[in-house]
Amino acid sequence: MRGYGADLESLKDKKLKGQLSVKEQLYGQSAKAAAKTEKWIMPTEGGSLVAEGLEKTWRMKQEDIISEVDILSSRKACDISLRVLGPYTLVYTLNGRNMLMAGRKGELATIDMLTMNLIKNFQVKETVRDVVFLQDGQTFAAAQKKYVYIYNRDGTEIHCLKEHEAPQSLQYLEKHFLLSSINKYGQLHYQDVSTGEMVANYRTGLGGARAMRTNTFNAVIGLGHPGGKVTMWKPTSVKPLVSMLCHHGPVTAMAFHTDGRLMATAGMDRKIKLWDLRKYQVLRSFAGHARTLDFSQRGLLAVGNGSFVDIWRDSGGDQSFMDRYMNHSMVKGYQVGRVRFRPYEDVLGIGHSNGISSVLVPGSGEPNFDSWVANPYETRQQRREKEVRALLDKLQPETIMLDPGRIGTVRPTRATEAEEEDVAEVEKEAAIAAAKASALKHKTKGRNKPSKMLKKKQEGIERVKRSFMELPPERESKKLKKTEEVELPRSLQRFAKKKSS
Amino acid sequence: MKVKVISRSTEEFTRERSQDLQRVFRNYDPALRPQEKAVEYARAVNAAKLEKIFARPFVGAMDGHADGVSCMAKNPNHLKGIFSASMDGDIRLWDMASRRTVCQYPGHKGAVRGLTVSTDGTILISCGTDCTVRLWSVPIAGAGESEDSSRNVSKPLIVYAWKHAFWAVDHQWNGNVFATAGAQVDIWDHNRSEPLNTFGWGNETSVSVRFNPAEPNLLATSASDRSIVIYDLRMSSPARKLIMKTKTNSIAWNPMEPMNFTAANEDCNCYSYDARKLDEAKCVHQDHVSAVMDIDYSPTGREFVTGSYDRTVRIFQYNGGRSREIYHTKRMQRVFCVKYSCDGTYLISGSDDTNLRLWKAKASEQLGVVLPRERKKQEYLDAVKDRYKHLPEVNRIVRHRHLPKPIYKAANLRRTIIEAERTKEKRRKAHSAPGSISAQSYRKRRIIREVE
Repeated sequence: MRGYGADLESLKDKKLKGQLSVKEQLYGQSAKAAAKTEKWIMPTEGGSLVAEGLEKTWRMKQEDIISEVDILSSRKACDISLRVLGPYTLVYTLNGRNMLMAGRKGELATIDMLTMNLIKNFQVKETVRDVVFLQDGQTFAAAQKKYVYIYNRDGTEIHCLKEHEAPQSLQYLEKHFLLSSINKYGQLHYQDVSTGEMVANYRTGLGGARAMRTNTFNAVIGLGHPGGKVTMWKPTSVKPLVSMLCHHGPVTAMAFHTDGRLMATAGMDRKIKLWDLRKYQVLRSFAGHARTLDFSQRGLLAVGNGSFVDIWRDSGGDQSFMDRYMNHSMVKGYQVGRVRFRPYEDVLGIGHSNGISSVLVPGSGEPNFDSWVANPYETRQQRREKEVRALLDKLQPETIMLDPGRIGTVRPTRATEAEEEDVAEVEKEAAIAAAKASALKHKTKGRNKPSKMLKKKQEGIERVKRSFMELPPERESKKLKKTEEVELPRSLQRFAKKKSS
Repeated sequence: MKVKVISRSTEEFTRERSQDLQRVFRNYDPALRPQEKAVEYARAVNAAKLEKIFARPFVGAMDGHADGVSCMAKNPNHLKGIFSASMDGDIRLWDMASRRTVCQYPGHKGAVRGLTVSTDGTILISCGTDCTVRLWSVPIAGAGESEDSSRNVSKPLIVYAWKHAFWAVDHQWNGNVFATAGAQVDIWDHNRSEPLNTFGWGNETSVSVRFNPAEPNLLATSASDRSIVIYDLRMSSPARKLIMKTKTNSIAWNPMEPMNFTAANEDCNCYSYDARKLDEAKCVHQDHVSAVMDIDYSPTGREFVTGSYDRTVRIFQYNGGRSREIYHTKRMQRVFCVKYSCDGTYLISGSDDTNLRLWKAKASEQLGVVLPRERKKQEYLDAVKDRYKHLPEVNRIVRHRHLPKPIYKAANLRRTIIEAERTKEKRRKAHSAPGSISAQSYRKRRIIREVE
């Protein structure tokens, strides 16, 4: 049991609460014991680059690194040069096993990174703007000129999703089996690829987002808009969860850290900002353009700009102080289109105008994988089994929220609402009692008839009761209407709403 | 400068031969598993639903008696057999696996009221309304399984006649002595034709008797004057007496916590008491809608089963106020006796419709040999369901049981009545001088007094 503890505060049953809290303590202890055994059961050590003496890490070139490293690792740094079919973009599967490269002018190729075999290469003869891998590492979706197409491993087109019109970017949420796309008009679509139904279809109203990334911590999709705004979406609400103004110009790139607390955005106003997602405040701000951003599993940030790729690392531990770690400059003239870190490896994949390059970045990947989360050495049976289990554990779109720990908690509003009502009732009763007890002025000269005194007393009680009612009395609503009519200037009076008389 | 890059050799991470197991590597870092809580919650809901799909508790019925089953007895040395006796004096030994009669013991002239087996499992003792106690010899375990010995008819070893009709009998868990309940509580030895000792407190008949599992000289009886009396054999007078508002039909001691016993009462509740402190019930188990006729504890001491006059069998947790499970069938009429099997997997219920029924204790359990992986998976599903079973969505599925309409209506009626009484009490208290009416806990309310 590895999830967060169940929420026991809402439980009124003391016996059950006691039993469950004992169990939760036990789970906590076993988690601590598991953490202690980490150093014995982890087979692989992470990568590192340590500068000796007066050397600086960012002066290290790829050739130096490759010469120092063993043969198997040096083979991982490679260059695939394809000039014809446009700037290339790339995506890795979650276990880092397969890579999919897509040329803008219509080339799609899947490569098995472990054996460096080409699985399938085919042309679609149309613009391909973005690609994502779907549930197993073999089916993928391509955002082509007009629609989104889904292809299987052999390059056969399985589906043509016509509801996604002119898609620009794609994202895939694995646990929910949701494929989402955004187009240049700013329409965000969520489609469930296991059942095929369109879950949500929203108009963002802020224009087409050039930057679209998923926050893997809580499955929220972040969009960077041309107005400088960054919005975060979930499939069950029409309005974005969060809308923040990040830059003075269009947002060109964004990336989320794996622990969900940090976001990097880059804008045309020549700023790269690091945001804290708990307080939604800027942590750090650097000067520079960025065409693409990506965080690695270990927290390194890759910034791609022109024909350079900068890699930043946090040396303080809390991401408040990022310093330059490495720098890779490509051949002049190659424009970097997309950078992506390969999961569980110390490799950075760069998609540029003339193909794909991989460079070695020591210390970027998580060295120890968990076979039941993502296994780079998966066999066919394991992959199939994993797909079936993922379908059984599929999460509903309603479970996406900013704070994923809120699942399994119960809304405690009922009690407070009831309390407020009780308090209001008590107040009301006290006020009515006071009104009843109030002594009326004893009038003389025959003006204190009992019937009149009673009527006055009733009026007083009614007044008190009315003040506790929700609807205002009729006199007040008439006043509002009059003020509305007065507000319009005379020249526009003819456009005023006509009273139904 | 020192450079190190992640490098994994494929041999280390894949298996050598196809007959080896696949290698599994673990990293328990929670950062690798986003939204794990949502996944666990989804699994809890699915586990609850699967449990309901696989819930098939009824195993089979044992048919053979000609009149309602009045009592049953377990043989502690033989797991597969159960003795049952009916209202017309017919005693049978059943083999639960094949659900057939192995041996019959005719002889009683009237209803058989009590059955029990001696400590070594060789002698069956029965008593009935014809004022006799009969001792029979039990066939050895292996011999009872061959086919031609079905319909085996035995003669009693010995018959003791006495002055009054008997209502119950129970044997010491570790000794040579058994006790019968009737107009008085008599203590017998196997070889004596007269009781060794007689206990009586008041003029009322004792209705049930039970020896304590751990303390061989302690026994509890319930009498028709609504009392529960605890006797110690070493003393000549009874130890304690507890008078309640309604009669107790049956008592069972908790085999794992032998100072506690649970009493099945006529007012549809079961009361668990600590024998050392009888002035307050430890727990009140409510859920039946009619008198509870019989009660038996599981050998784990964690659960007990009750059979009631309202034609249902319920399983309670030892400290739970509400039942965990309810079993009912259209054909099962008033349940007069229930027993938990000695391995804690099955329940046997004997009812008025002359059948004994075999049920599973855990309705969705897979019987038979379960592979280790299946077992681990089932344990995981149970654990994840328990983690979230207090939440409304999972609770709704886990708690759902189909009740027969008369019981559903009777339960609603009972609830309305109890709620009305409670509201009345609350209002009386609110409108009276503070401190003049003291609230009495439900655990004490049903007790009239305790007598030394």
